[in-house]
Amino acid sequence: MWDYTEKVKEHFLNPRNSGKIDDANAIGEVGNISCGDALKLYLKIDDKTKKIIDAKFQTFGCASAIASSSVLTELIIGKTIEEAEKITNNDIAEYLGGLPPEKMHCSVMGMEALQEAIKNYRGEKKEKEVQEKIICKCFNISEEKILKAIKENNLKTVDDVTHYTKAGGACGKCKPDIQVIIDNYYNSLKEPPPKKKLTTIQKINLIQQTIENEIKPLLRVDGGDLELYDIDNNKVIIKLRGTCSNCISANFTLKGFIEKKLREIVDNDLIVEEIK
Amino acid sequence: MIDKVIYLDNNATTKVDDEVIKEMLPFFSIYYGNPSSIHTFGGQIEKEIKKAREKVAKLIGAEPEEIIFTSGGTESDNAAILSALETQPKKNHIITTKVEHPAILSLCNTLKNRGYNITYLSVDAEGQIDLTELKNAISAQTAIISIMWANNETGVIFPIEEISKIAAEKEVLFHTDAVQAIGKIPINVSEYKINFLAASGHKFHAPKGIGFLYIKKGTRFNPFIIGGHQEYGRRAGTHNVPGIIGLGKAAELAEKYLEEENTKVKYLRDKLEKSIIEEIKDVKLNGGKSPRTPNTLNISFKYVEGEAILLLLNEYNIAASSGSACTTGSLEPSHVLRAMGVPAEVIHGSIRFSLSRYTTEEEINFTIEKLKIIIKRLRDISPFTPH
Repeated sequence: MWDYTEKVKEHFLNPRNSGKIDDANAIGEVGNISCGDALKLYLKIDDKTKKIIDAKFQTFGCASAIASSSVLTELIIGKTIEEAEKITNNDIAEYLGGLPPEKMHCSVMGMEALQEAIKNYRGEKKEKEVQEKIICKCFNISEEKILKAIKENNLKTVDDVTHYTKAGGACGKCKPDIQVIIDNYYNSLKEPPPKKKLTTIQKINLIQQTIENEIKPLLRVDGGDLELYDIDNNKVIIKLRGTCSNCISANFTLKGFIEKKLREIVDNDLIVEEIK
Repeated sequence: MIDKVIYLDNNATTKVDDEVIKEMLPFFSIYYGNPSSIHTFGGQIEKEIKKAREKVAKLIGAEPEEIIFTSGGTESDNAAILSALETQPKKNHIITTKVEHPAILSLCNTLKNRGYNITYLSVDAEGQIDLTELKNAISAQTAIISIMWANNETGVIFPIEEISKIAAEKEVLFHTDAVQAIGKIPINVSEYKINFLAASGHKFHAPKGIGFLYIKKGTRFNPFIIGGHQEYGRRAGTHNVPGIIGLGKAAELAEKYLEEENTKVKYLRDKLEKSIIEEIKDVKLNGGKSPRTPNTLNISFKYVEGEAILLLLNEYNIAASSGSACTTGSLEPSHVLRAMGVPAEVIHGSIRFSLSRYTTEEEINFTIEKLKIIIKRLRDISPFTPH
């Protein structure tokens, strides 16, 4: 038995606003019967004030799907569509006092039905009709939907994604793909570590270390070398040696490699100049 | 804690019979000795275990020496399959079905990962296997055929006699998981060529944690649990004395009530089935055209979802179960109904009612009455109900 909160049970046993609105001017339909849950949301929106004056739902699904639908209607009636649009699946789950992790997708279904209904009101295309890359073939879940769930709910694992979107919950073949989406998303967020403010001595030491450990070994592969001549504020003056001294791509080596490397490791403002 | 319930989930577990408990109690407090001991206090218990073994053997038409006591169905299933592989190290093929209990299915999946070849026989819309497909699957590499006697979700009974003949003809070991058949239908292993049979006490009014494995005389067996010399060296571990005593009593009672199971219990199951079909409509009976155990009804209510039905039944203290994905953590609906080709949307609305000899007609009438209200209520809010 699921560990449902009293609020979930109460909304499941006494759902508010179930049924149809015959003269609805916005309808949002998500899920499908073969996936095990589906929600059809009917809205009556006042064209002048853009207020949702009535909302009803029809739901096929488990207790938490019915409770999420019921709560959704309570949350949106009386709000303008701009206000309603801000409602997330977490708002629904929180209002219910929380949902078991495996059931979070029910709250996501509520949010999606609302978004579909608002799109329908505005005459926008349904998300389904837009070209999408399907990741989970069992439940027909797109990359966009998975990414959205990851971003909005800060999901970290494949199981989290399954709980919120159902993706990966049946045959499980797409689990590696979901992992890639998670990894790519968090990698894209990673910023390079902030550079510490260095004292002059630290800066000089770091420049010397970088030249010795990161730059010279690579130049030496091609028979080149360099000598640190002076450091004047942000100006690093070097002498190219060996094959570098008369190489035609010396200027590229100077700016494209040495300066780039020093900026990366020591300070973004460094300028490298050559003294012959 | 709730103690009053209309319990229609007897394929999950059963109530321990009062007579079974009565018989067990002295073995906790008075005769608590170890039957393996040399002194009379412990040693005298060996006689009681012998009696229990005889009762269990009698229930299935076996010899007492062919019975070893185990912790239950899962252990018995694992012991049979693994023994067949160990005693025939050159054979690497197992034949089973797609609708087995996880005790067999998960074990076979694990063995597959270890390099064994597994044939999972398909079933038709009524849950039956094709015997020609079975024959064709058998090869010189086949170590064992493992096919359940009756299915836990649908109650569908497999043609064990024919299967055992095919196995014997091809000289392949045959194991049957009879957990759902014991106490519900007559079983006589002496008539068939069955090498192993697994059973679990708590499915027929004995306590949880006790079961048995039948090993036909002459079938080679490698113990699954290794240690002391108990059970003729075939199953180590100190005897679960109260459990064994309870199992013996439950076996005796199962024999006594077998007739009732196939008359009274079957009558109530059929009444529930007929009333649902006639009064609720838009339902699909799963496995209904196959021979079935007399206590099991698996039926799908179209346009509604199983977990919601179960929770509303729960409000009336009616306990049943569902093949719906939502009732498990997996999101994937019943593997049995899927193998039978039942469409996903119909599986989501499937409910299993499993009765017992304790089920009363009043309980069935009450269930029918409440079920009508529940299904109407859920269909009223479903977007798929045709209006």
